[in-house]
Amino acid sequence: MKPYLSIRNLCVTLKHGAPILRSVSLDVSAGQVHGLVGESGAGKSMIGKAVLGTLPRALHIRSGEIWLDGVDLLTLPLQERRKRIGATAALIPQDPLTALNPSRRIGPQITKRLVDILGWHKNAAEDRALDLLAEVHIPDPARVMRSYPHELSGGMRQRILIASAFAAEPKLIIADEPTTALDVTVQKQILRLIADMQARHGTALLFVTHDLGVVSKVCDTLSVLYAGKVVEDARMQRFFMRPVHPYSAALLAATPTYTNPTGSLKPVPATVIEDVETEVQQHDMRAGL
Amino acid sequence: MTLLRLILLRILTTAITLFGVAVIVFVVIRVVPGNPIAMMLPPGATDADIARLQAQYGFDKSIFEQFIIWLGGVMQGDFGTSISLRQPVSMLVLGRLPATLELSIFALVIAVIIGGMMALTGTRYRDTKTEGAIDVTAGMALSVPDFLWGLVLILLFGVLWPVFHISGRISPSLNIDFTTNFYVFESLLRLRFDVWLDLLSHMFMPALALAIPLAAIIAQLLKQSLKETMHLDYVTLARTKGYGEHHVITREALPNAILPTLTLVGVQFTFLIGGTVIIERLFSYEGLGNMAIDAVINRDLPLIQGIVILFALLFTLVNLAVDMLYVVLNPRLRHA
Ligand SMILES: Nc1ncnc2c1ncn2[C@@H]1O[C@H](COP(=O)(O)OP(=O)(O)OP(=O)(O)O)[C@@H](O)[C@H]1O
Ligand SMILES: [Mg+2]
Repeated sequence: MKPYLSIRNLCVTLKHGAPILRSVSLDVSAGQVHGLVGESGAGKSMIGKAVLGTLPRALHIRSGEIWLDGVDLLTLPLQERRKRIGATAALIPQDPLTALNPSRRIGPQITKRLVDILGWHKNAAEDRALDLLAEVHIPDPARVMRSYPHELSGGMRQRILIASAFAAEPKLIIADEPTTALDVTVQKQILRLIADMQARHGTALLFVTHDLGVVSKVCDTLSVLYAGKVVEDARMQRFFMRPVHPYSAALLAATPTYTNPTGSLKPVPATVIEDVETEVQQHDMRAGL
Repeated sequence: MTLLRLILLRILTTAITLFGVAVIVFVVIRVVPGNPIAMMLPPGATDADIARLQAQYGFDKSIFEQFIIWLGGVMQGDFGTSISLRQPVSMLVLGRLPATLELSIFALVIAVIIGGMMALTGTRYRDTKTEGAIDVTAGMALSVPDFLWGLVLILLFGVLWPVFHISGRISPSLNIDFTTNFYVFESLLRLRFDVWLDLLSHMFMPALALAIPLAAIIAQLLKQSLKETMHLDYVTLARTKGYGEHHVITREALPNAILPTLTLVGVQFTFLIGGTVIIERLFSYEGLGNMAIDAVINRDLPLIQGIVILFALLFTLVNLAVDMLYVVLNPRLRHA
C-alpha cells in the first residue's frame, strides 16, 4: 500500500551547517501506527516539526522530500503548505498544560479552525466538538466547552487536545511523547485512548517516544533514530524478535519491561555507541557536511 | 465580588492618597517665596491694602488653620476662589479638564496605534533587518523627552512644512457655540465633522509629541512579550491547524502577551497626562496644564491646589481603570 506520509532523505541542519537530521527516510501507511524511538536529542521531535512546518527558526531543511497524501510539502509555497497540513494532519502535543491558549474557552479552541479554515458551519463544528469530547470520555462536554484551560486537570486537557486533533478527521496524526508530561496513572489511560481513537478513525499515526515498552503496545512499524539518523526501520514483531542493528538491540536490552522484567537498566555498551558514531560520521562525509 | 472589593479598597486608598497630596501641596506652595497678594495689587499699594487682602483670603492665619478651613470647603465641594481670575476654582478647573482629557486620550490612542503597529510588525519580521530598524527607531524615540519632540514638531510642521496647526484648540471661525467643553465629543454628536477635523488637526501635533515616547515604550515591551509568546506550544499548535502567521500573532499570541504592556501603559499614561502641562504651554492649548502654569506664575494658591488635586484624582482613576481592565482581560483572575 502507498504510504500516507513518506519522508525521503530529509536533511535538517542548523543555520550554520551542523546536521540535526541526517538523510532521514520513513513511511507511515494509512491507518497504521509508526513508532519513532531514540534517546533524548536524537531528533525525534524535529522530524515531527519538519512535517508540520513548525521547525525552530534556527533550523532549516537542506534537502529532501516530505510527501503527504501524494504531495511533496516542500515544493508548496508556505501559506499553501500550512493550509494543506491543517487540512490533512494534526498534532497531539507533549505538554497539555501549555498547549491550550489560556485566555480562550475550550469550545472555540476546538471549533474555530473548523469554521475559519475548513469552512464548516458553526453549529456543525460545535456538534462535532461535543461528540468528540464525549468520545474521549469527558464528562459534561457542554460545560467543558465553556471552561477555560486552567479550570481543568492535565489529563482532561490532554483528552481535549486529542479530541481537537481528531476534529477535522485528519489522515495523519503526529503524537510527540503525548504522555510524558502526565501522571503515571493517567499515562496508561491516555495511551489507550489514543490507540482506540486511532483504530476507530483509521488515522495514520506517527508516535514519537523514547519508551520501547510503549511502542510494543501501540505500534505496527517503527524507526530507531540515533543522532538524527535512522539506524533501523522495521515491522514491530520482527524488531522485537530480531533487531538488526546492534544499537537497536542494545536499546531493546536496555528496556527493563521487555527483556528483564526486574527493571535494572543496562546502558548501551560503549562499543555499540562507537560503531554507530562511526556510521554517522561516514554519512556526514558522504553528504559533504 | 473581587471587582467590588477592589473598587472599595481603591476608594479608600484614593482618599488617603488625595489627602496626602493636599497636605504636601498646601504646605509647599506656602513655603516657597512669592506673595500672591502683592502680585495682584498695583505697584502703589500700601501695606495696609496688602494686609486687608491677606485677611480676606485668609493668608494671615497659620498654615494649619488655613488647611482646616480649605478642607472644610472642599468637603462641601468648594475649592475656594481663584485670586488671579476671581472665579470659583472648581468651575475654572472643570471647565479646562475636558480639553486636557481629550488631548491625553487622543495622544494615548496615537501611541497605542503607532506602538502596537511597531510591535506587531517587529514580531512578524522578527530577527530581520525590519525588527532592527524598529528597535533603533524606538530607542531614538525614547531617548528624547516629549517636550523636545514638541519643539521638533513645531519646527518641522509649523515652520518648515506648515500642514498642521501648532497653536490653539480650534480655529476661531469654526467655534460653534459649544454647550460642553468636550469639543471633540460634542462636534461629533452634532455631526459637525468640519469642526471635528479642525479640532483633531489642532490636537494632532501636541498629541503626537506626547505620544512618541509612550509609543516607543509600547513597541518595545509588547514586541518583547509577543516574541516570548510566539515560542509557546499553543501558538505552534495554531500554526499546525493551518492559520497564517498574521492570525497566529494577532489572535493567539496578542491576547496573552498584552497584559504586562497594559499595566505599564496605565502607569505611563499618568506620566503622559503630567506631560500635558508643558506641551499645552508649548502649543498654546487651552487646557488644565496651561492654566496650571499661569496659576504658578501668579502664585494663585487656591487654583494651584485645585489643579493638583484634580491631577492626582485623575492619576488614581487611571490606575483603577487599568486594574479593572486587567481583571476583565485575565480569565485566571476573573474566576479566582
Ligand atoms: N531551537 C533549536 N536550536 C538549535 N538546536 C536545536 C533547537 N531545537 C532542537 N535542537 C537540537 O536538535 C536536536 C534534536 O532535538 P529534538 O528535540 O528533536 O530531540 P528529541 O529526540 O525529540 O529529544 P527528546 O526526547 O528530549 O524530546 C538536539 O540535538 C537539539 O539540540
Ligand atoms: Mg522531543
